[in-house]
Amino acid sequence: MSAPETSAQQWKDTPIAPVLRLQAVSRVHGAGPAEVHALSGVDLDVLPGEFVAVMGPSGSGKSTLLTLAGGLDAASSGRVVVEGQELGALTTRALAAVRRRSIGYVFQDFNLVPALTAAENIALPRELDGLSARRARTEAQAALAEIGIAELADRFPDEMSGGQQQRVAIARALIGERRLVLADEPTGALDSSTGEAVLAVLRARCDAGAAAVMVTHESRHAAWADRVVFLRDGRLVDESGPARVEASLRVGLGNLGGSGGSDTAGDTE
Amino acid sequence: MSIRHGLLALLDQGPRYGYQLRTEFESRTGSAWPLNVGQVYTTLSRLERDGLVEPSGEDDEGHVFYAVTEQGRQELRSWFDTPVDRRSPPRDELAIKLAMAVTVPGVDATAVLQAQRGHTMTALQALTRLKARALAAVERPGAAGPDLAWLLVLDQQVFQAEAELNWLNNCETRLIRHAARPARETAVREGERER
Repeated sequence: MSAPETSAQQWKDTPIAPVLRLQAVSRVHGAGPAEVHALSGVDLDVLPGEFVAVMGPSGSGKSTLLTLAGGLDAASSGRVVVEGQELGALTTRALAAVRRRSIGYVFQDFNLVPALTAAENIALPRELDGLSARRARTEAQAALAEIGIAELADRFPDEMSGGQQQRVAIARALIGERRLVLADEPTGALDSSTGEAVLAVLRARCDAGAAAVMVTHESRHAAWADRVVFLRDGRLVDESGPARVEASLRVGLGNLGGSGGSDTAGDTE
Repeated sequence: MSIRHGLLALLDQGPRYGYQLRTEFESRTGSAWPLNVGQVYTTLSRLERDGLVEPSGEDDEGHVFYAVTEQGRQELRSWFDTPVDRRSPPRDELAIKLAMAVTVPGVDATAVLQAQRGHTMTALQALTRLKARALAAVERPGAAGPDLAWLLVLDQQVFQAEAELNWLNNCETRLIRHAARPARETAVREGERER
């Protein structure tokens, strides 16, 4: 183990660029007496390989945080940076490109295109990226195999269970160069054990280097994350979980092909 | 009395010696409640005193085997048939701490609550990592009964930690509502209580 330890030391000292960075982000709706602070001065970094869960009572700003991180809404002040690009500084067209190429979304109701098979649903964003249908299809097959549902490739959404559809949605969110998945209550429509299988897939994707931010109101589901942050009245009030050094360390070792990163919760497949 | 009945249940499958019992108990409950061999022998001698088990010979290495008696079997049946009593839950340190925090002047109850929430969530994350492994073990071909038993025990701890977190979130909301009440109403309520 001496070689990986040396590498670990090196990685500890090397800053890893976050996939998502929120700096003093605020979002204000309305003005004057009707002013509502949906989010106030939120700082959050999500590194490659990191799975962050966001919890808080309804109205605490969870969904606002997710829409701002995904470039679906603009911050009133502060910076939202995805893969090194500050979303507020981009043209509409450039922002659309970042949304399409860097960010994947997973919603409670799966949002698969009903007329397309699982493989076609996953291939769709890659075809929009300009890939040939054939290559996109090959990538989609590989993505399905990677999360252990290769046999579902030719099924249509209404031929799959909720848990299967959600796993397809995760594969679609992370196809190609996408490394950031934003998930809004992804297990909300699923029973307990199916929800667990979906979280295991998300966990495994993060262990393989993706970054995820998941909004959930279930502690049991949030506990699959590396870090859990709590929002209240638009502010981050506290957080739990190991120091982020560990997550970056794990990815660092993974990148170097070391074996030190294998002992994680994602070893479920 | 859970160790007592746990050992009876293991002995119901055939005679065993102390160290074996410890290993089998732990393989079903994981490291959740580690047993030392001393506890096992103390429990066995009490079970023997009460006529629920009896010595049943030694092997070549000098291990003393115990077997369950008919009376022990009846005791075990009635244990399985009777629900665990939940009507008088044991004292809970955290509930007492929060009860004190909201009444003792100069204590920031919200800070106490948030610190606990962070701690409990970290514990829940650790349990979830164990559970991910246990889930994988149960799904492997050839998974055995003890794998399933360990997963069930982990699930119980996960649900318990979750319940505590739900309760803490609920407390937080109540504290916020309480603080937001008009001051006069507070004064009237407190006056009522004193009467």
